Amino acid sequence: MTARRLALPLRYAAVIALTLFFIFPVYWLFIISFKTPEEIFHYPPVWYPKSIQFANYHVLFKDGDAFTVWNSLVLASISTFLAMVLGTMCAYSLARFKTGGENLAVWIISQRLMPPIAIIFPIFLLYVWLAWVDTYHGLIILYTAFSLPYVIWMMRGYIEEVPLELEESALVDGCTRWEVLWKVVFPMVRTGLFATAVFTFVFAWNDFIFALVLTRTEVTTYTVQVTHYFGGQSNFWAKIAAMSVLGTVPIFVVVATMQRFLVRGISMGAVKG
Amino acid sequence: MAELMIRGLHKRFGPVEVLRGVNLQVSSGEFTVLVGPSGCGKSTLLRTIAGLEDIEKGTIEIDGKLVNDVRPRDRDIAMVFQNYALYPYMNVRDNIAFGLRARRTPEAETLRRVNAAAELLGIAGLLERFPRHLSGGQRQRVAIGRAIVRNPRLFLFDEPLSNLDAQLRDEMRSEIKRLHQELAATMIYVTHDQIEAMTLADRIVLMNSGQVEQVGAPLELYDRPATQFVAGFLGSPKINLLPGRLVANGSRLHFEAGDGTSLMLPSHMAAAAHSYSDRPVTLAIRPQHVTEALGIAGPDDVRLRSSIELVQPTGSRTYVTARLADSRVVAEADAHAVLRPGAAIDLAFDMSHAILIDPENGRVFACGIAG
Repeated sequence: MTARRLALPLRYAAVIALTLFFIFPVYWLFIISFKTPEEIFHYPPVWYPKSIQFANYHVLFKDGDAFTVWNSLVLASISTFLAMVLGTMCAYSLARFKTGGENLAVWIISQRLMPPIAIIFPIFLLYVWLAWVDTYHGLIILYTAFSLPYVIWMMRGYIEEVPLELEESALVDGCTRWEVLWKVVFPMVRTGLFATAVFTFVFAWNDFIFALVLTRTEVTTYTVQVTHYFGGQSNFWAKIAAMSVLGTVPIFVVVATMQRFLVRGISMGAVKG
Repeated sequence: MAELMIRGLHKRFGPVEVLRGVNLQVSSGEFTVLVGPSGCGKSTLLRTIAGLEDIEKGTIEIDGKLVNDVRPRDRDIAMVFQNYALYPYMNVRDNIAFGLRARRTPEAETLRRVNAAAELLGIAGLLERFPRHLSGGQRQRVAIGRAIVRNPRLFLFDEPLSNLDAQLRDEMRSEIKRLHQELAATMIYVTHDQIEAMTLADRIVLMNSGQVEQVGAPLELYDRPATQFVAGFLGSPKINLLPGRLVANGSRLHFEAGDGTSLMLPSHMAAAAHSYSDRPVTLAIRPQHVTEALGIAGPDDVRLRSSIELVQPTGSRTYVTARLADSRVVAEADAHAVLRPGAAIDLAFDMSHAILIDPENGRVFACGIAG
């Protein structure tokens, strides 16, 4: 009996300890961004600042560094939209018309397994030749191409779960294939569509290597911008922290609002190959 | 209302030939039932009519117009699916209105027709509900509503009742029959259930391994089947099939089972069957024409003594399995007859309903009931 009565508080204690362990770095990041330089380098550490101050953010906006977050937002949003539209159509074709037989889908997803670093230099040379380096469309096309296999793979799984009879019924009732896709398939796979879109967005948002190699000054993303604050002489911790927070908040918002879809989308049919 | 004409239809799925030269004509306003065992190609035939399957060879005409290459949406047909195929994210009203909206019918007209269809099917109170909140029978009504609201030329039903329990199935069957009488529309209905086929059809198309085995009115197929397959498929319990041979005795013919048991054929059958005398044949006779012999024998009755193996009461009738020669015969007895396994029973064979089959090709060559 006593052992049992002890078990619950112990479990709670373990859960709280673990949560703190994982939350603390995030807390530290946020809190640094609100500290003064003195507080940042103070020893013993300042666990929470006396007053919240936004000077670190103010600098980022004043110098225009915050614009890199906008760049990331534009690149990730547009490439996600394109990848979702194209990928869903490809997935529908694979699922319903058996385009490319049984193996094309596996071949497509295998593209995703390739490490980006392996192809970044050929792509760089190609982009120099096309004059696409440091342009929005250059990165958008690259992100779209890189996300497509994932979108196709996921959406194919979701689409295969849609009962064929629903589509056939719509065809007989007077819809074209495009209308079937729009009026029947999309609503049926909505959950999976959102979940896939979130992951695709996060991939583009978090990308570092492509943006590092393929941007200069015009479309620098926030991930690349953060590295600019690591100097040979000193690191600008305040800016690093503030920039990282700016880069984290949109993802927080996206995941928080989409959580319902994410959980259902991941657990629904996605595992099926 | 439309007339349908199919000629020489072939369809294969990979190496399997599912339809092998199907010919079929459905007249305007007729209720035609495609029936047959699973895998006989009846659903595939229906789907080719809907345009959901391509065909390799043959022609499909609706009202004299070739529709082989016409898209499903342009064939002006409606189809009711086995799993209802209701859109789960739409309420009943939107489900029924779907086809009209897809064809860009004015909204006021759409709603008027949806309400009329719902009224006809007794689901007017359910229009706001979602499919997941409906029972199986209600879902089926909605699916039918979606078909009738468009007032198409041709209705196709693909085993619409097979997901319902027995009681509901009876109810919906009458409903569909009533609907056909009210709408007088051309309907093609696929089922593997012979009772559904018998009760609903103006005409039954009985299919077997990708071909049409026989076409005719329900009772025509039941009384005068063309083949052993048709005789065996329709009727419950299954028709009795007894192997034996025909023996001529003067002007009369006898059917003789393996152990020498002899059953005399009625004189009108003898003429058709004479060429088969001294040849092996299969005698087919339905359980309701093999009865417990009571009272005075009819003119074509043949009486035999046998022993009971099995007694199966159904409430309205009791079925008795008895031994005859090397075969078993199922006979029909009064529901309240006192019958016990092992006891002796006198069976009366009403040979005026006998059917004779050539065992070599399975074709019927003589029927007790004349056409």
